Amino acid sequence: MSCHLITIDDLDRAGIERILARAQSFAEVSGREIKKVPALKGRTVVNLFYESSTRTSSSFELAAKRLSADVVSIRSAGSAVDKGESLRDTVQTLSAYDPAAIVIRSPYAGAAQQVAGWTDAAVINAGDGKHEHPTQALLDVFTLKQRLGTLDGLNIWIVGDVLHSRVARSDIHAFQRMGAKVTVAGPPTLIPRDIEALGCAATASLQDLHEADVVYVLRMQNERMHEAYVPSLREYIQRYQVNLPRLRAGQLLMHPGPVNRGVELSADAIDSDVALIGAQVKSGVAVRMAVLYDLLVGAPALQAVA
Amino acid sequence: MSAITANHPKLFHRAGQPAELLIREAHVLDPRTGLDEARDILIRDGRIAELAPPGTLSAPSGAPTVEAAGKHVFPAFVDPHVHLRTPGQEYKENIDTGTMAAAVGGFCQVIAMPNTAPTIDQVSVLAAVVATAGEQARVPTGFLASITVGLQGSELTEMAALADGGALGFTDDGKPVTSAGVLRKALQYQRLAGGVIALHEEDPALSGDGVMHEGAVSTRLGVAGIPSISESTYVARDAAIARYEGARVHFQHLSSAESVQALAAAREGGARVSGEATPHHLTLTDEAVLGLDSNLKMNPPLRAEADRQAVIEGLRSGVIECIATDHAPHARHEKEMPFELAPMGTTGLETSFASIYTELVRPGVLPLSLVVERITAGGALYGLPIPKIAVDEPANVVLVNLERDWVVGEGGYASRSENCCFRGRRLSGIVELTVAAGTLVFASRGSSIATPTEVA
Repeated sequence: MSCHLITIDDLDRAGIERILARAQSFAEVSGREIKKVPALKGRTVVNLFYESSTRTSSSFELAAKRLSADVVSIRSAGSAVDKGESLRDTVQTLSAYDPAAIVIRSPYAGAAQQVAGWTDAAVINAGDGKHEHPTQALLDVFTLKQRLGTLDGLNIWIVGDVLHSRVARSDIHAFQRMGAKVTVAGPPTLIPRDIEALGCAATASLQDLHEADVVYVLRMQNERMHEAYVPSLREYIQRYQVNLPRLRAGQLLMHPGPVNRGVELSADAIDSDVALIGAQVKSGVAVRMAVLYDLLVGAPALQAVA
Repeated sequence: MSAITANHPKLFHRAGQPAELLIREAHVLDPRTGLDEARDILIRDGRIAELAPPGTLSAPSGAPTVEAAGKHVFPAFVDPHVHLRTPGQEYKENIDTGTMAAAVGGFCQVIAMPNTAPTIDQVSVLAAVVATAGEQARVPTGFLASITVGLQGSELTEMAALADGGALGFTDDGKPVTSAGVLRKALQYQRLAGGVIALHEEDPALSGDGVMHEGAVSTRLGVAGIPSISESTYVARDAAIARYEGARVHFQHLSSAESVQALAAAREGGARVSGEATPHHLTLTDEAVLGLDSNLKMNPPLRAEADRQAVIEGLRSGVIECIATDHAPHARHEKEMPFELAPMGTTGLETSFASIYTELVRPGVLPLSLVVERITAGGALYGLPIPKIAVDEPANVVLVNLERDWVVGEGGYASRSENCCFRGRRLSGIVELTVAAGTLVFASRGSSIATPTEVA
């Protein structure tokens, strides 16, 4: 594979399978009392987060630490330094410490790609604007594979604010690459133009939601109401909230978090046993360990360290 | 021996030595005179003195000879839309470097936009930039003044005084005139002030915070889109106002199929309207933006293939009468921002002809003579003389080697900025010599002709 993970398109199906196989081994490590392996001992991983994040940043930090890397985490969410100029300066400064990997989260599309041009470190995109979030897609695929064995032939619906979702963009590609059929559903104002060009189907109605094997619900941000994408929270809930009456037996429920309880998902659905939301968070550490390992250690068989 | 002037009171450039030059055995193509065969061209005292069958003329003593067999001579090009960034943003470009880029690209006239800092919205600013052009401009340069004060879209500038002070016309380019009422008053006032009113068409309520064409590629990239209708609805609106007022308007950098349709319909309905197309909208689409390279971020944005085809068709049919580069230099540190934050614009003067020749003429999409006609037509709509290859005309000629390939950016740029959307592309057709208003303003290295503006 390439020496960076910028978009999910950097991985073909075999690449995804390879990372998930390693993630499986690391998941077993995470079950032990001593959860550390020495794979990245003496190497440095920099987490550069220009946007607030709880689960992604903590899970990358934990993943690097469980591989015995030295970890530097830099957060400047919402600060005015988040401009391209200073991004380049920051990356070049940090590169002087010779990091093995830079994990970057930015509110701007293409930022991870730019960083890759300014450093010798391996670059991992932890979310760039509304563009991509490839490790989220990998952990979503991992979670589904753990539960169902395969994604081949699965019918997956992605519901909600697709327009503003980097998770949706990465998942549409990853799910399809792994053999699933994807449908996006949401208010017509929040489904981007020509989304079908990505290979998925699109609908404004949840009427056929029963066809889904997996219902992947996206976060609905309150500010979208003020921006007139939807007339009211009430109408959104009426038309698009995923709740137990809308689900049929056997369907699985996913969400990238954080959830707005009672908005895109009802409380009873979140807490039901069809929800994989907790499993997704848990998968995050093992999958990010596998990504770091794949980029920094590479091909040698995992058994050597696991 | 007097220097040839630009033959127009509203074109400004520094005084140059009248050229004495023999170009031998070039294929001369001037679509307006119908000339399309090999000729010797003798330039004396900055004018075309003789046009004779190939190999029949010899240079008077002291005048250099350029052996040009297999190469082409065209009337030099005219660009009705460039940003020279003077006054106020000389770190991006100045009149010297911008007109050097023009000379390198084969241009003999350029028209500069007023969205400078400060805006060219009053006579004193215009006078200053005109004076600078008189000292620095390597090719004759004209200026538009803004329609509204500070491009704010509310108060009209002193259009009549600005016209008297040298403005060829008016534009708020970079921004639309959003208020139909303000635009209408400007068009009424045109009866006093004269001058074409040129419009950047974009409904900000539709373009919003968009950074590229809205379509499959913006959806894939997750960046906000600029729908094609944000342009075309304003073209239709403003053409209707122009027709009602009997005014003359020019639509800048048309990018979408709907806009070309709106322009054609407006003209059919009797409106006095014209349009321009850029080399990048004629040759590139939004697919090129997939890598989020900010050099491909411009406004209006690169659009879909169907839009590109419609713009080409518009140029072919004459609905769009001229090619304009919208040369928009930005400094490296500005373009190094993430795509969504980087400023919009691409340079274009040095690649205009070669990009169109490579992408449209070579593959047989457009005939060479049509491209030469459209790339020399942009000044006429502002009342400027059209460069012609005929005896006694002031020498405005470009010598082009259509057989030579080059890689954009490899030899650097004459422009102060390097934000070229064609960077790294291999293009065919390179300008070897430019004579503007009777002065040799550019000769490529290896042409063995002494020139003040030789560049790599």
